[in-house]
Amino acid sequence: MRVKYVLSEVLVGLWRNVTMTIAMIITLAVSLFMLGGSGLLFQKVGDMKDLYYENIEVSIFLKTDVNPQQQADLDAKLKSDPLVKEVTYVNKDEAYKRFQEMYQDAPDLVNAVKPDQLPESFRLKLVNPEQYKNIYDQYKDTEGVDEIVDQSKLLDKVFGVLTGIQNFALAIAIVMAIAALLLVANTIQVAAYSKRREVAVMKLVGASNWFIQAPFVLEAVVAGLIGSLLGLVALAALKVFAGGGSMQALEGLITPVSWGDIFLMFPLMAGVGGLVSAITAWVTLRFYLRV
Amino acid sequence: MALRLHRVDYRPVIQLEQVTKTYPKASRPSLDNVSVSIEKGEFVFFIGPSGSGKSTIIKMLLHEVSPNKGRVVVNGKDVTSMRSWKRPHFRRSIGCVFQDFRLLPNRTAYENVAFALEVIGKTKAVARRVVPEVLELVGLGGKEHRYPHELSGGEQQRVAVARAFVNRPLILLADEPTGNLDPDTSIEIMRLLDRINRTGTTVVMVTHDSNIVNQMRRRVVEIESGRIVRDQARGVYG
Repeated sequence: MRVKYVLSEVLVGLWRNVTMTIAMIITLAVSLFMLGGSGLLFQKVGDMKDLYYENIEVSIFLKTDVNPQQQADLDAKLKSDPLVKEVTYVNKDEAYKRFQEMYQDAPDLVNAVKPDQLPESFRLKLVNPEQYKNIYDQYKDTEGVDEIVDQSKLLDKVFGVLTGIQNFALAIAIVMAIAALLLVANTIQVAAYSKRREVAVMKLVGASNWFIQAPFVLEAVVAGLIGSLLGLVALAALKVFAGGGSMQALEGLITPVSWGDIFLMFPLMAGVGGLVSAITAWVTLRFYLRV
Repeated sequence: MALRLHRVDYRPVIQLEQVTKTYPKASRPSLDNVSVSIEKGEFVFFIGPSGSGKSTIIKMLLHEVSPNKGRVVVNGKDVTSMRSWKRPHFRRSIGCVFQDFRLLPNRTAYENVAFALEVIGKTKAVARRVVPEVLELVGLGGKEHRYPHELSGGEQQRVAVARAFVNRPLILLADEPTGNLDPDTSIEIMRLLDRINRTGTTVVMVTHDSNIVNQMRRRVVEIESGRIVRDQARGVYG
């Protein structure tokens, strides 16, 4: 009886104040969508860091007038350096090939550049990509070295942008969450007010606190769960619609978002949505009903 | 074991020991060093003018307010030091009736009484067995399915009494139960409370209905400005 009673009270409660319920659910959905999105980005950035740092290279470009002796010395030095895992020499032809690949969309540029104009280079894989600075200090003044470029510097910029987007999404999630919390608190207050007579009688005859609170708290939890479900639908919609369009350009850069990744966000969204709503409802009741 | 039970029976069910209560912002205490002891099965009137502190006593017995000083013991439990989470269970041993009935308007007489049982975890089957019985006891047999607005004031108060008594509490608290009723109906309600008292339930009633007090000839505790000025067995309103 008690379970049935509580459940029917929950449905009645959500229906009684249906406009407020909808507002609450939409706000929760947007907040949880943003939370899920920033969770996805966090996960992706992590994946990408693993992927890219694995392949990251430090390039030591040589001056065009470098002589073979200098080049051989540098080669030997690099090969014996404990910080360096792997050294590859890239001559002008190979550099040109890479250049062609990289700028295949801009044939004018490719045609304008001749293999001779491209510098030779050593491509290094480091034991630990973060020790770039040591390499830089050690080799920057070596004879014949023109420039040392660390790819991870470039990547850091990309990751910086992605982390920025992630933080932005998280900030919106938090702001929306505050709005959602206030709506939950208000809805619970209205619900408690409309049931004040029942609550007074329940307190009088000694109904346990959880029994008095359960319908209200569950009402908030149900709203939170519906909100997280809608947030999930929004994430899925984003994948379906944006995945084909503007995101395509980033396909090569960002590791693709799979359905699995999206569904993995659901426990997070549902958990946060349900728990935060429940706690808000409970705290509201503590103040409002003094139970 | 038998000895213990015997002793428990004669222990006061309600005991106020030098209780003082001053509400915040109040200039003088609502209760000032009040000591009262009520034994099991007694019928006690608390009388006195409005604001004398009678209702504060009821609230204290329900663990709704706590005294600033002194001790309140109900059913052998020290209410003063009781944690608030123990309050619900404690309340189940106390029935309560008010001047304004406090019935749920959208439930029938039967449902009002059954609600009180169901929210403390009793099954519908128990309610089906017990509720008609108690409604019969309060003289509402045949009116189980009336809504409060279809009942007279006296009948509504009977529903309230049925709700307070359905759980067979050790104590029945009545805060001006006849305050909204005409004299004849009041007498009927008093007969009902008297019948309940005869089942062994301790009845504590706050009132300023002198007629009733004079007719009942029960113990009278008179309070004035927070102090007990009279405590008389078989008393009158004065």
